[in-house]
Amino acid sequence: MVEEKVIVRLDGVDVSFGGNPVLDGVTLDIHENDYMAILGPNGGGKSTLLKVILGLIPPDAGKVEVFDTSPEEGRRRIGYLPQYARFDLEFPISVNEVVLMGRYRGPFSGYTALDHQKVTEALETVEMSEYGDRQIGALSGGQLQRVLLARALAREPELLLLDEPMASIDPDMQRSFYELMAELRDRMAVVMVTHDIGVMSEEVVEIACLNRKLFHHGGAEGGAEALEEAYACPIQLIGHGHPHRVLRRHE
Amino acid sequence: MLEVLQYEFMRNALMASVLVSIACGVVGTYVVVKRIVFISGGIAHAAFGGIGLGYLLGISPILTAIPFSLMSAVAIGVLGHRERISEDTSIGILWAMGMALGIIFIGLAPGYAPDLMSYLFGNILTVPVTDLYMMLALDIVIVGTVAVFYQDFLAISFDEDFATVSGAPSQALYLLLLCLVALSVVVLIRVVGVILVVALLTMPAAISRQFTSRLDRLMALSVLVGMVLTVTGLWLSYVLDLASGATIVMVLGTAFLLTSSLYRPSTA
Repeated sequence: MVEEKVIVRLDGVDVSFGGNPVLDGVTLDIHENDYMAILGPNGGGKSTLLKVILGLIPPDAGKVEVFDTSPEEGRRRIGYLPQYARFDLEFPISVNEVVLMGRYRGPFSGYTALDHQKVTEALETVEMSEYGDRQIGALSGGQLQRVLLARALAREPELLLLDEPMASIDPDMQRSFYELMAELRDRMAVVMVTHDIGVMSEEVVEIACLNRKLFHHGGAEGGAEALEEAYACPIQLIGHGHPHRVLRRHE
Repeated sequence: MLEVLQYEFMRNALMASVLVSIACGVVGTYVVVKRIVFISGGIAHAAFGGIGLGYLLGISPILTAIPFSLMSAVAIGVLGHRERISEDTSIGILWAMGMALGIIFIGLAPGYAPDLMSYLFGNILTVPVTDLYMMLALDIVIVGTVAVFYQDFLAISFDEDFATVSGAPSQALYLLLLCLVALSVVVLIRVVGVILVVALLTMPAAISRQFTSRLDRLMALSVLVGMVLTVTGLWLSYVLDLASGATIVMVLGTAFLLTSSLYRPSTA
């Protein structure tokens, strides 16, 4: 197997809020071309972990390297899909304007014709081209999720970080979202966090389980015990009956 | 009706309405969509400390209100982003401290403060020409800054985390936006007073928001709505002989209640 380049390296990362540890000694490598799911219960530190990688939350201890540099420098190469629930759907902004923010570079830089072209392409990729002029409140949950994905893609990222991408979208939409991910992962590394392991795609290659500590990191098949540890309940109960199972059946 | 325009104080009041509406429409749009109404109220009340300082130093209270409200805007912005202090706590503290300082300064000033009430509740009919020029200058600064940083303010207002990741100096932009709120507060003090400032910063944008879903149009419409309603309020206060600032606020509030109950907004 060819040794793949490490694009994100976390080493012994601690984060606490007001004395409560949220991340405890988290060590994790993300390689180019990875397709990784980080699973864990609500409040397990998943969003915090993404924000540490993005340089939005400085760790109390430990080292973070993103594309061989600091998160503040390296994050320009990351596409980020924040949690859907955070958005103000009444905000007076159109789909085009949202996606254009994916091309934002900072004050005094403005947007070029190329930026607008990238917006058009990103909307085509997520099949939302006809909705460019809509106000975001006029979209369904799944449609808005696609628009936010287009915003992340407009950056032409080398790493895509998705925070609970399956929350608030219906099963049909989830399936097509995964089909889209399967296409995208040829072009970039994809890392998603979710608390709902029932909706994980079978195509996910790497799995990490996070509940304050990172319990396991490796191939999807070896994860059962780690999941049991992180959730503290038997894996059969968690995965049972869902069309997309995280883990293949034990032999 | 038109014969009232022969009075200079009335022409000044009309000019003041227009100048005030520009500041409220543009900055008020951000106040409403970024949900910083309470912060704006805090900055307005803290500015009272600056007014008191003006009395104490014997110079125009509006002049001393400028640095004072800018400083309180920065203080609220910086304190509110600390992990240990919640934003509304820092607002409450600066709100009360600004008012308290104002009262102490006025107490220390020789003699008594004759037009103190007009700074608390506003009096559009006594705005002197020099203040009009200053309001015009502040309007130019506000509109110019928004023209330069329109995309940046939009980015941090909609999604601060994403903007930061993309390279926006979010904290600096946020403080700049709060400074624009502070300057608008100064523009507004003469007309509605520190206590009612928040009404003019929110209501024109809150009314207009029901009719458009684009930020730039929202600003333009808010300016227009502000002009029409403040002039209406001014005229009503003249005809009915009521306090001008309070009448303007009541007209704005009534318009908001009417439009929000009669009109169901479309999201398209």
